[in-house]
Amino acid sequence: MLAARHISKKFSGVTALDDINLELPAGKVTAIIGENGAGKSTLMKILSGVYDEYEGDVIYKGNKVHFKNPREAQNAGIAIIHQELNLVPFLSITENLFLGRELKNSIGFLDKKAMRLKAEELLKKLKLSVSADALIADLKVGQQQVVEIAKALLYDAEMIIMDEPTSAISESEVEILYGIIDGLRKENKAIVYISHKLDELFKIADNYVVLRDGKTIESGGMKDITHDALINKMVGRDIDIIRNSCAAKERNVLLKVDGLCLTKAGNKQKNILNNICFELYRGEILGIFGLMGAGRTELMEALLGLHPDLTKATITLDDGAVKFSSATEAIKAGMALVPEDRKKDGLVLGLDIKTNISLSSIDQHQATGLIDHQAELTKAHHYIKALKIKTTSEKQTVKNLSGGNQQKVVIAKCLATKPKVLMLDEPTRGIDINAKNEIYKLIAELAASGLGIIMVSSELPEILAISDRILVMADGMMTGEFEAANATEDNLLKAAIPQTI
Amino acid sequence: MILSQYRSHLVKFQPLIALVLLCIGISLMSDKFLTVDNGWNVMRQISVNICISVGMTLVVLTGGIDLSVGSILALCGAIAAGLLKFGIEVPSNNLFIGFTLLGAILAGLIVGSLLGLFNGWTITRFKVPPFVATLAMLTIARGLTMLYTKGFPISNLGDNFAYIGTGWFAGIPVPVWISAVVIGIAVVITQKTALGRYIYAIGGNESASKLSGINISKVKMTVYAIAGVLAAVGGIMVTSRLDSAQPNAGTSYELDSIAAVVIGGTSLSGGRGTIMGTVLGAIIIGVLNNGLVLLNVSPFWQQVVKGGVILLAVIIDKANSKND
Repeated sequence: MLAARHISKKFSGVTALDDINLELPAGKVTAIIGENGAGKSTLMKILSGVYDEYEGDVIYKGNKVHFKNPREAQNAGIAIIHQELNLVPFLSITENLFLGRELKNSIGFLDKKAMRLKAEELLKKLKLSVSADALIADLKVGQQQVVEIAKALLYDAEMIIMDEPTSAISESEVEILYGIIDGLRKENKAIVYISHKLDELFKIADNYVVLRDGKTIESGGMKDITHDALINKMVGRDIDIIRNSCAAKERNVLLKVDGLCLTKAGNKQKNILNNICFELYRGEILGIFGLMGAGRTELMEALLGLHPDLTKATITLDDGAVKFSSATEAIKAGMALVPEDRKKDGLVLGLDIKTNISLSSIDQHQATGLIDHQAELTKAHHYIKALKIKTTSEKQTVKNLSGGNQQKVVIAKCLATKPKVLMLDEPTRGIDINAKNEIYKLIAELAASGLGIIMVSSELPEILAISDRILVMADGMMTGEFEAANATEDNLLKAAIPQTI
Repeated sequence: MILSQYRSHLVKFQPLIALVLLCIGISLMSDKFLTVDNGWNVMRQISVNICISVGMTLVVLTGGIDLSVGSILALCGAIAAGLLKFGIEVPSNNLFIGFTLLGAILAGLIVGSLLGLFNGWTITRFKVPPFVATLAMLTIARGLTMLYTKGFPISNLGDNFAYIGTGWFAGIPVPVWISAVVIGIAVVITQKTALGRYIYAIGGNESASKLSGINISKVKMTVYAIAGVLAAVGGIMVTSRLDSAQPNAGTSYELDSIAAVVIGGTSLSGGRGTIMGTVLGAIIIGVLNNGLVLLNVSPFWQQVVKGGVILLAVIIDKANSKND
């Protein structure tokens, strides 16, 4: 369907893509694999017309093409579904589908009936059982994604590029997505699937293309390669095997949570979290697993004192009863949270590394009422070294760091408060394998130094590999507790699936 | 690399370069511009706008806006003047409280800070958007000014009071001293204190600031209170210079101060900007006003030119941040 021949692209002198060659055949799902910065998004932006300056040729259906803008690529039948969905929340599904390509009747008014019929037909085809008049804001993320796919089908896209489509949806929604992709494959569409989750690719993709440092390293059939070999090709070097620590530790209770309930804002009858009880030991990595919507993030927020009016709980920290009415108090008492969305909740992207690191702990440096800039700089320097943050200076703006390094800055910010309990919510989301391993190692070291660590994750391999003990949540309740030794993917998943009546 | 460094320096000093070019341009066209008298004249005129704009900068840095400063200025000026001249009289109890100069000024400043705090309270407690909350205060404070003054100016306030707006100290006009002190304090707050750090952090990312344990409400209340106090300082300066508290003083001053903030390179979405930038912005507006008067430009055209400058400043700023 589409082939790239010798594509190169430079950004102000820096090579982003270097002689890329690949084939994207019709009726196949091709996985594009590579670490962050390998050139995946740059390549996709060229194919979908976002960048129009490059060297080399794009051959589409046998003809050489050069898209000048996304519109041209769309008209030619190439659709891209971005990680961040491009939908207008307060318009209906129909209105979103036809945005910019509305059908009009003979006198130039909107032909709402025709649009609605077409929308319903598409939704039926994609097995989305909601009304075409439903507002996007009322849909779940997974459903919104289906709407994006419907949008692509509406203009008869023959090639659909999906960028990290499963990063925000639950496992059951992933299954539905796979069903849709399978259907598209049977209709002879070319699908490009970008994902960090290799396990997914083995389930859904036919072919793979590995990119590294802007070059095509290898391509082939998915069934001819193993998981480990693929990782090896991505990274270009062997990676450390993740530690599997089940070291018998002295069980010394650090944090005890008893009967934690969190009610919904505006509806005090409805519980988001129901009677959560658990203990965290000193030096332990406690994994919390659950599907989307199980209440894991809400539990972390409640423990950081973010919903004081809605939370009811008896919490004991370091043998003393505590009650947090704000994040300020919780942090002072020794809690720290690395939030799920580091760009939205973790960092001030426009400020520099130093300032971000000291954001929670600036009080330490202002004994006289004025900030001691030297002490602040020294501290930033310490964490940049200790956490191996790759940067030219502590005054680098955080916006310009890679995902993994940004995450380390968030962790440094938390550590600077000298916490007793460090909570990490999806600490490796959206960062590449190398950086993931560094984060795992860091977490292990921090636990070894006596910190209590709570790690929320929806990636089973990750949680199985580094936790000492695993709690499973479903529907706002604790539904299982496993020692690392007897936890398996199967029994974790079983506990995580909500028992709906 | 060297070119981009050069560029970033250029961007940093952009308002300063604009000011210098402006001064050269005007002095070529009018020989009355570059004189000592005119210099002090301009400085004295802009010192009120500088005080208000410094407060506005802090508010805008948190991602907010304060439309009520002009009305707060009028009310606080009137209260200071009224207390100084008439004191408080309660005929039913046969009670009279007189105010010294210092007492009257202090009362004006306290009223300013309370109104600012009220702004901050409605914004943080009830989540009223700053634009709306301070728009309401703009009307409320103006109404209170009318009530207090019954719509008439309060004049003849005495030489001591007039010293604040018209006097000289160590060869420099007193209003210039006052604005210099205000600038100094604000620079220290923004650069050297945790409060300053929090102001930038909240404007840059409120959600992350909250999760970092920053008390958002406290910071915002403080910032609006400071804006209120500085409006009161401006009010006392204006009243003193005119030797009269005008009920309609300060009308549309909020727009001049927002203009100074924007020309000075502070982002209206918060998190980015400096006090010194705003000071330069206020000086640019002042010099522009003065120059246009000296060049006998019609007042109507003056407004058109000022609007154009504001637009140009923002367009240049946008272009710069795109190149970042």
